[in-house]
Amino acid sequence: MPDPRETRVLLEHAEDPALRTLDGYKRLVGGYATQEKAYREMEQDEVLKELEDSGLRGRGGAGFSMGKKASFLPRGEMAKYLCCNADESEPGAFKDRELMQRNPHQLIEGIAIAALAADAGHAFIFIRGEYDLQADILDAAVAEAYEAGYLGTNILGCHRDLELVVHRGAGAYICGEETALLDALEGKRGNPRLKPPFPAVQGLYGGPTLINNVETLSNVPRIVARGAEWFKGFGTEQSPGTKVVSISGGVRRPGNYEVELGIPTRELIFGLAGGPEPGHEIKAFYPGGSSSPVLTPAELDLPYSFEAMAEAGSMLGSGSIIVADDRVSIPHMALRTARFYHHESCGKCTPCREGTNWTVKMLERVVRGEATPMDLDIISSVQENIMGHCLCVLGDSMAMPVSAMVRKFRPEFEEVIANAGSPLEEASHLAAVQGPPETLGASV
Amino acid sequence: MSPVDGAGSSNPNLPVDIAVTEGRVPDRASEGIPELHEVGCPEELRERIETLMARYPDRHSASIPALWAVQELYGWCTPEGIRQAAAVMRVTPGYLESVASFYDLLHTERVGSHRIEVCTNISCWMRGGDELLDAFKAAAEGDDDLFVTGFECLGACDIAPMASIDQRYYGPLEAAEAGVAIGQIKAGEPVLPEKDLAARPLAGDTANPGGAGA
Repeated sequence: MPDPRETRVLLEHAEDPALRTLDGYKRLVGGYATQEKAYREMEQDEVLKELEDSGLRGRGGAGFSMGKKASFLPRGEMAKYLCCNADESEPGAFKDRELMQRNPHQLIEGIAIAALAADAGHAFIFIRGEYDLQADILDAAVAEAYEAGYLGTNILGCHRDLELVVHRGAGAYICGEETALLDALEGKRGNPRLKPPFPAVQGLYGGPTLINNVETLSNVPRIVARGAEWFKGFGTEQSPGTKVVSISGGVRRPGNYEVELGIPTRELIFGLAGGPEPGHEIKAFYPGGSSSPVLTPAELDLPYSFEAMAEAGSMLGSGSIIVADDRVSIPHMALRTARFYHHESCGKCTPCREGTNWTVKMLERVVRGEATPMDLDIISSVQENIMGHCLCVLGDSMAMPVSAMVRKFRPEFEEVIANAGSPLEEASHLAAVQGPPETLGASV
Repeated sequence: MSPVDGAGSSNPNLPVDIAVTEGRVPDRASEGIPELHEVGCPEELRERIETLMARYPDRHSASIPALWAVQELYGWCTPEGIRQAAAVMRVTPGYLESVASFYDLLHTERVGSHRIEVCTNISCWMRGGDELLDAFKAAAEGDDDLFVTGFECLGACDIAPMASIDQRYYGPLEAAEAGVAIGQIKAGEPVLPEKDLAARPLAGDTANPGGAGA
């Protein structure tokens, strides 16, 4: 039985492996009935209106209104495209993996309905190459959907065509950035593009393109089936709906939990994820993946919503909480974070390429005890000079958490600097972490 | 003169900066699009890439899938394999090479046929990812068939610390399990079946150690 604090909508019946099959999807949750209704009875504008009225906000990170985004696509005879962003690569995020693995048809039906809203004839699921199991599951589900006539030509006899291709990436975080995703899908190196023009106007192959995250599109069938009002019955006014939240790091029961947006953050971390291991306390947490500015235990009682996280100077992002307990050294965590963005920077824009590089070098100096407190000011100023100065937000994604860590935990950075000579080996700061807690090994 | 030729590329009067050119002298014999009959492309690879190209409105979109196919056939993206794919796709080998070198999962140098990627990002690091990587490296020592590397977040922080072994996820792993896994790979047995991500229940369906909350 799921935990009563969860509200399983997207993950309804997800514990049943039969949900993966077309038959199971139809039997357990009435799958594809909404696509039939939409294709047979609804006009493009009706679907768009339902999505816009629902207030569904993008679940990939930016939180932009999905319906609005779809309405930006121009009308006309030109070829239009829909891309599902399944390149989930943000450290801390693993919700799309769960949704694709357990309920692939929900995503396919969502894509089919969103394609009607965008009037797209060609859709792609861009899935990160590492998610091989999930891509295999999607391949099988797409084949079933073609076989049953929910994809292909003259779908359900409604004179609409939709081709859906599962496209595997090959390992590059930047491809989760929507314009880099388009370049990668066009067969190039995944470099971001200058915006505007935005993809809605000029995207894949130069055509109008709607790009949405896996979880966003997975929400579409139920919104169209049950209506915008039903959807707004969950969550808060500005953050309607449920959210699959990935919780990891220093908690006893890491995993994906689906909750109503607006639930107290404490309830997520302590109630669902079991809180920190016995004898330990929370020191900081990233509320929305590694690119969100870290929050402190004083902020645990904030509602988990887009607006509350923004008000606290952070962001809900993809909805991924990483908890750092009292054994974690914040300067070392800042270094780990910066190294990731340095590795993943595509190198196109100087502030990001050089900024991530120098931030790593400076943080290495800090943890080696070779820095002075003035270096902390330089680190902060480098972050300021990255933000808003690049084609995409990869650089900002490092700058935001790193500057927050330096600002909120400055005494700890200064202490590390003062204790010169401590080794770079982060492991020594985590000596107390002895493998995974026993409760995690539980399997079926 | 391309910028690669030296710092003076925009001003012919400036001296060529050796530091810029050293180690990356452009290939003077760089080729155009190779002809299919020149490259000895196996029939199955040609058919596979042609099928892939047909899935897209623009054939260039098949470049990553084509490189995956090359890697599957030869174990890595060999120069010959890249030329073969280029001939089928009607693009230059240089184009495909530029794509292959951008992505972490495509290997442009020889690697072992079994690939073990150990996540060392934030959540895995907190739970012993570095030690797990060391353990895998030690256990694989001296075997060219095993390729072990640290990797950025693989999207499985719920099973931290974890590793991707031949494109399947396992975790949470103890350092001691690295040796067990490698023994199983060598013996051709299923790897750590009880730690396979595919077999895990949803977190909320497991026993609740947190109790009623705080």
